[in-house]
Amino acid sequence: MLIEAKDICFSYRKNRSILEHVDFTMDAGERVALVGPSGCGKSTLAQILAGYLKPESGTILFEGKPLPRKGYCPVQLIYQHPEKAVNPRWKLSRTLTEGWEPQEELLKWMGIEKEWLSRYPAELSGGELQRFCIARAMSPKTRCVIADEMTAMLDVITQAQIWDVMLKMAERRKLGLLVVTHRMELAERICTRVVRFEELVEENPANVL
Amino acid sequence: MRNVNRRTKTLLLIGMICVILLGIAASGLVMNPESYAPDYAAKKLPPSAAHWFGTDYLGRDMFCRTIKGLSTSILLGTLAAGVSAVIALVFGILSATVGGVIDKMISYLVDLFMGIPHLVLLMLISFALGKGLKGVIIGIALTHWPNLTRVIRAEVLQIKNMQYVKAAERFGRTKVQIACEHIIPHVIPQFIVGLILLFPHAILHEAGVTFLGFGLGVDTPAIGIILSEALKHISTGMWWLVFFPGMLLVMVVMLFDKLGDDIKLLIDPMSAQE
Repeated sequence: MLIEAKDICFSYRKNRSILEHVDFTMDAGERVALVGPSGCGKSTLAQILAGYLKPESGTILFEGKPLPRKGYCPVQLIYQHPEKAVNPRWKLSRTLTEGWEPQEELLKWMGIEKEWLSRYPAELSGGELQRFCIARAMSPKTRCVIADEMTAMLDVITQAQIWDVMLKMAERRKLGLLVVTHRMELAERICTRVVRFEELVEENPANVL
Repeated sequence: MRNVNRRTKTLLLIGMICVILLGIAASGLVMNPESYAPDYAAKKLPPSAAHWFGTDYLGRDMFCRTIKGLSTSILLGTLAAGVSAVIALVFGILSATVGGVIDKMISYLVDLFMGIPHLVLLMLISFALGKGLKGVIIGIALTHWPNLTRVIRAEVLQIKNMQYVKAAERFGRTKVQIACEHIIPHVIPQFIVGLILLFPHAILHEAGVTFLGFGLGVDTPAIGIILSEALKHISTGMWWLVFFPGMLLVMVVMLFDKLGDDIKLLIDPMSAQE
């Protein structure tokens, strides 16, 4: 198993839990879609799986071991709003190389043009910025990518381009891909397995009782 | 002048203010003590071409004394405000990044210091340290950090929860690296503006505490001393002893205030292009 989350509980405020006893597993090379209505806790689960949030209880295992809290995280999250995921004071060349040094070939392949590197985030569009966010998370050490509504705020053509690149990348590197979305069509089009968030919660015997 | 925009005008203004303030500070430093020494032949003279601000009951030239006093005030203000601002930066960042007990302690200290009137605390510290230059500097440095600490703490708390800072953690950047690369560059503009806006406070408090007799010695030419001495003579009609030094003090304080506000306008991305 690439990622194995067991019995995850989480709440933002006391006595108002978002996640109760959620189990989730995924294999390397698998493309899983996590679908569910807005506000049900998909993003929260995604952030927990990527190590952004700490669950109140439960364990997350990555290849059988706990997710590293320090150093490069093999599970990388791509966020819905790329403009919030880059430092507005940094030129993009600096943002791009924060985690590793992407080769020029990869940048060309991802459709990142050279002139963009010397610009500030405010001078690029959302789709262009999202390419940077993907490229900087694609270090060889990345084993799994969690795309949290990655293309929700982009136009249709840009969405298609970005998913095309993402899928090729996952194929080539044998990455695990978790697509968090509320759009069923997108999930069915790109993923090998679709998980409904409601099922995830109901499946657990602790919740049935 | 039509094609000069607000940005250029503001920059020019900032330059002019800096030149005036630096000029006062420097001319006080190189001033010959003879120029404000007592001259009993020229006692109690009203303002004239020879003595612009008149002379006092010992025949000292008030213009030179005022400039020398302001120079001392500016230098002292720089030192004390600088120390205060650095304390604020360190406390603010520590409070927001370490959190927990440290945050509680620092917040408590901020509340404690803000609860006591500045001047009272300043008098206590200065008096306990035996007055004089040392007492005033340490007193001002130790009492002016709480406001800026609160501002910096809030800024850091906000930036710490930004997506790109969390992402940096996941890219394996250490806490120190994140603080140096993301957090400090973000708070530096706040820090600079806060520092400059501390000057007028520091200068006024220095003058205030000296005026009340808890600050600099009676023999040093300081604005506070000049004003408190002049007060005794105002009933005899020597208005120039109070008027000119007081006016210059207010001018210097307002210049610093204007400088801080203008720099804030230029640094703040929301108003930088206006």
